[in-house]
Amino acid sequence: MTAVAEPATGLTERPTETATATLRRGLRMMPEFRRGLPATFALALLATAGRVVVPIAVQQTLDRGLGAAGGPDIPLVRELVAVCALVVLVTAVAVYRMNVRLFRTTETALANLRVRAFRHVHDLSVLHQQGERRGNLVSRVTSDVDQLSVFMQWGGVLGLVSLGQLVVATVVMAVYSWQLTLLVLVCFIPLGFAVKWFAKRLAAVYGVVRERVGDVLAAVGESVVGAPTVRAYGIRGRTAARIDAAIDRHYRASVQAQKTTAGVYVSGEFVAAVANAAVVVVGVLLGIGGQISAGTLIAFLFLVTLFVAPVQTASEVLNEAQNAVAGFRRVLDVLDTEPDVQDPVDGRALPEGPLGVRFSHVVFRYAPGARPALDDVDLEIAPRTRVAVVGETGSGKTTFAKLLTRLMDPSSGRVLVGGVPLAEIAFASLRERVVMVPQDGFLFDASVADNVRYGKPGMTDAHVAAAFDELGLGDWVEGLTDGVATAVGQRGESLSAGERQLVAVARAYVADPDLLVLDEATSAVDPATEARLTRALDTLTSGRTTITIAHRLSTAERADEVLVVDAGRVVQRGTHAELVDAPGVYAGLHASWRRSSGAARTPA
Amino acid sequence: MPPRSTSPAPAPAPEQVTTPTPENAPPSAVPAGRTRTGDVTVRSEREQKKVVRRGFRHVAKAVREQPGMFTLAVLGSSLYGAMTVASAYVIGGITERLVLPSFERGSVTAGALWLATLAILGVAVLKIVGIIGRRLFAGIMSFRLQAEYRRRVTGQYLRLPLSWHQRHPTGQLLSNANSDVEASWFFVAPLPFACGAIVMVVITVVALFLTDPLLAVVGLVVFPLVFLANAVYSQVMSPRMARAQQLRAEVSEIAHESFDAALVVKTLGREAAETERFGVRADELRDGLVAVGRVRGLFDPMMEALPNLGTLAVLLVGADQVATGSTNAGDLVSIAYLFTLLALPIRAIGWVLADLPRALAGYDRVAPVLAAEGETPHGPDAAAGGPTGAGVGVRAVDFGHTDADGRTNRVLHGVTFDVEAGRTVAVVGPTGSGKSTLAGLLVRLVDPHSGEVLLDGVDVRSLREGEVSTQAAFVAQGTFLFDDTVRGNITLGADIGDDEVHAALRVAAAEDFVDRLPEGLDTRVGERGASLSGGQRQRLALARAVVRRPRLLVMDDATSAVDPSVEARILDALRSTDQPATVVVVAYRQATISLADEVVWIDRGRLVARGSHAELLAQVPGYARLVQAYQPPDAVTAAEPEPAGAQA
Repeated sequence: MTAVAEPATGLTERPTETATATLRRGLRMMPEFRRGLPATFALALLATAGRVVVPIAVQQTLDRGLGAAGGPDIPLVRELVAVCALVVLVTAVAVYRMNVRLFRTTETALANLRVRAFRHVHDLSVLHQQGERRGNLVSRVTSDVDQLSVFMQWGGVLGLVSLGQLVVATVVMAVYSWQLTLLVLVCFIPLGFAVKWFAKRLAAVYGVVRERVGDVLAAVGESVVGAPTVRAYGIRGRTAARIDAAIDRHYRASVQAQKTTAGVYVSGEFVAAVANAAVVVVGVLLGIGGQISAGTLIAFLFLVTLFVAPVQTASEVLNEAQNAVAGFRRVLDVLDTEPDVQDPVDGRALPEGPLGVRFSHVVFRYAPGARPALDDVDLEIAPRTRVAVVGETGSGKTTFAKLLTRLMDPSSGRVLVGGVPLAEIAFASLRERVVMVPQDGFLFDASVADNVRYGKPGMTDAHVAAAFDELGLGDWVEGLTDGVATAVGQRGESLSAGERQLVAVARAYVADPDLLVLDEATSAVDPATEARLTRALDTLTSGRTTITIAHRLSTAERADEVLVVDAGRVVQRGTHAELVDAPGVYAGLHASWRRSSGAARTPA
Repeated sequence: MPPRSTSPAPAPAPEQVTTPTPENAPPSAVPAGRTRTGDVTVRSEREQKKVVRRGFRHVAKAVREQPGMFTLAVLGSSLYGAMTVASAYVIGGITERLVLPSFERGSVTAGALWLATLAILGVAVLKIVGIIGRRLFAGIMSFRLQAEYRRRVTGQYLRLPLSWHQRHPTGQLLSNANSDVEASWFFVAPLPFACGAIVMVVITVVALFLTDPLLAVVGLVVFPLVFLANAVYSQVMSPRMARAQQLRAEVSEIAHESFDAALVVKTLGREAAETERFGVRADELRDGLVAVGRVRGLFDPMMEALPNLGTLAVLLVGADQVATGSTNAGDLVSIAYLFTLLALPIRAIGWVLADLPRALAGYDRVAPVLAAEGETPHGPDAAAGGPTGAGVGVRAVDFGHTDADGRTNRVLHGVTFDVEAGRTVAVVGPTGSGKSTLAGLLVRLVDPHSGEVLLDGVDVRSLREGEVSTQAAFVAQGTFLFDDTVRGNITLGADIGDDEVHAALRVAAAEDFVDRLPEGLDTRVGERGASLSGGQRQRLALARAVVRRPRLLVMDDATSAVDPSVEARILDALRSTDQPATVVVVAYRQATISLADEVVWIDRGRLVARGSHAELLAQVPGYARLVQAYQPPDAVTAAEPEPAGAQA
């Protein structure tokens, strides 16, 4: 995707990072992961020991009990079986305790990780947020974390125990016969390399799989969010084809990943067989040479399976881990992306009272080297004034608003509000006193009242209704099925676009800011309602500073001052009366607007 | 944070709500008295008993859908199972015939060693063939099922009416298509392995019977115990899994909504409150997953201990048998070995059974989508077509939004009017009066609750699917662009030449900026057209409509961000021919309205007046107030005191 107007500033991606590096990064970020780990490890050790002891005990029973000189030693067999049974039960309890501890720790750590990543997404600047696909951000706090959780519930325990088992099995094997142990290890060396190679391959194929999941979500998301367009243009078939293509690519990537995992497992199986055969051949030859006994060899054959099983399990866990690590990396990438607009440490509070604004040689570029969206803007807005910002689409008006409310920081120069540089103002103070209403004021799936008190929790429905009355919108509210208690539906879609804007303006109004910025906040509202609303706002916000960006120049006509923006520069400023007859951009804009809104053309 | 108490819980399958008991509702931070959506998924006692049976039906469904892959995978798995048993006998045979004799004799032939090696490797190779068959085909089976159900689910999304979409959160629909489908068929991967394991168990039992009937009885006690443990596990796990899956979806919904609202969250400084809202659900999910883990953590070691205990039982009983001489030590070794080997496949059965509750939980969330009715019915008729504009008729149309509680919020009341072919009509009315709904009805985005919408005199519901869009183009208030190229967004896959695309862009005043894009028509616009400004997006949406040369163009306040002259050009392009298109335009601007032949005045869902702009101006005070709101104050005399809508 090529950036045009607002380039994508995505997250810090580290696609080539190794799994261990990711894990190290993760552990650093999740200290709670390490809490209680010693006890868990102790239990894991116990579980591991149990896993190895049981087969050995079985072996001993066979060897010494049944194979005892002079026929089976039944009492010994019974004793051994009883001991074994005890070990089995103790192991089971140890595994249970370990599982529960591990699940609790990992789920707690992952829940915290999820919440931190969520918060971090909100802390990223609007540029970062827009640079990522929405579904992509969501999947980082949902399915990527889920992937980790599913893996930990299955692979975490298995991997831990398998590794321990491997060590213990090696030690026990060495006690029986160091020669054969060496032989087995030699046989498995190539597998080590193979696993390493496969791990790299798997990281790649699973990376593709995760990406394809994102594609599927994006395609499905389009069909859901773009449902009206799909229907209006009768492109169900085409949309289905696009989704199906994404599903197909995901399917093919998954099968490819499956083939690779099968390869890993098969190579493990083959190496195990080779090791078995080698142990038989070498063992027999050693036995003939008198270096080991028949019992030892038989016992060893048994032990080899104890070695092989965890190797296979561990390699499988390692493979599955690639998938989980891929998800982990994506979550960590969110946390590692430094928000480029940060809440200052020891930030200052805004001074009491009405707020003035000063832009000091502000330049803003959406990308380094790009044409400036705002170029050397240098101006002062006095407290308590009502300012209208006008200009053509794409002239830089919205950029102006975003810099003013510190949704973005300027590339150079600085913005001061109430005499304080924006970058030094604590967010808590800034967001309380300076509020912007964007053109598309998103509504939550709740009631009208809930949405209005979003910025001011604790308001009663009656207060909300009163606020609408003050804004001259009482009639509109009364016309709703349940008044302010009316549910607005998903994204507020039960309301019309204009109605959503009314709610968004009310939401900002009750937040009671000292500096109110309206960015085309009433563009879809009918002119009569808009006029009434703005008149009400004028009265209600007198004594505050309001900055209104509007393409309907009626706002400019009533404003104390008009700023005219053209191609990123403020080219004119003054009152409407001063500007309307002066030659320049404003006169042209105004004439054009008059033509479109006035009764300049009468129907035939 | 908007409290969700007023918003209804997304209802999954129709299920009975039971009082939460300590068992099915793990204690969490949810304040008492608040509706907790998760409770909806807690099944009644009777439902819970059916989990195993429903689980097997679900397995049967998977097999029915992919019989070929399943057969191949089971064959592979059986081969693997047989070879696993064989490997035990090979080791036993090697012990008896090679190791012991050669140690006794102190010599060995190369042939015997080769034979042993070949036997081990031969079995291993067959086992590998089995593994590949099992893994690959089981994987393909699982992925095919997932792909197939994703296609079906998304097919429904495209088929179901907009009213259905409005009742379902985007996050939920995405989670249905993704994680719920995945959960539904995840268990398929180890399924053939489990079936192969059953083959192994059968072989083992037969082998046990052949070796020693008493040992066989031991086996027959252990295996049913394993299945029993699994059955109990499924029962206990099922509600917990359902709850976890439900919470996953809720977490996803909150994340979706919250990130969608990112700008509002930021401008009002509500990041902490949003995080709190998300955190509460994330913590509930954590508790849910820990509850799942607790059961799984108990079940896993049990499944591991059972075969071990079986081995010990075999030894205990077998030792007696060996002592009495009814069995020899070698056979006992083989059987003991077999038991240890069986541990893994038995666990595979466990994996399938362990995943079934999750599968059912996922499928229970997918099934309502697949079963959802309300598909827009289509008739058999073709549109009349023809070179002229289309005639439009709206007859006694009522429409309302039905919310999830089943309550209807009436938007349009008995609206009736006609638009003659080739005429341009402006629909004007106050905010929230029903204009957008009316516009959507004309192009059949929604159907009226009663009354009818006619296109060339034919009820649009009797037209074949896709016919309306061959005649009419619609430009919505909020533009929607696909993550595609500029060209793709304009042609939408139709066979339209670049010349025509350029011509349409010129009409929509979009040619200049498109030419300046790095790759012109081939520039990708990003998700929802994120790389373009609002005005640019709107122009592309207009070009998309113009390029189709529609017989009917419906524009829903779609030109707010473009210059009136662009709008005039668009209308000119459509009307300048001998046989002009019919245009219905929702607008506030006088310039737009004055382009219309006739104006329809809508207030509070009713058609209040119609006529020429001048007529309405003279006769309808509300209309005058609305369209003249921007006139200098001295020109607006009638409008000042009373609020709009009062005259209705």
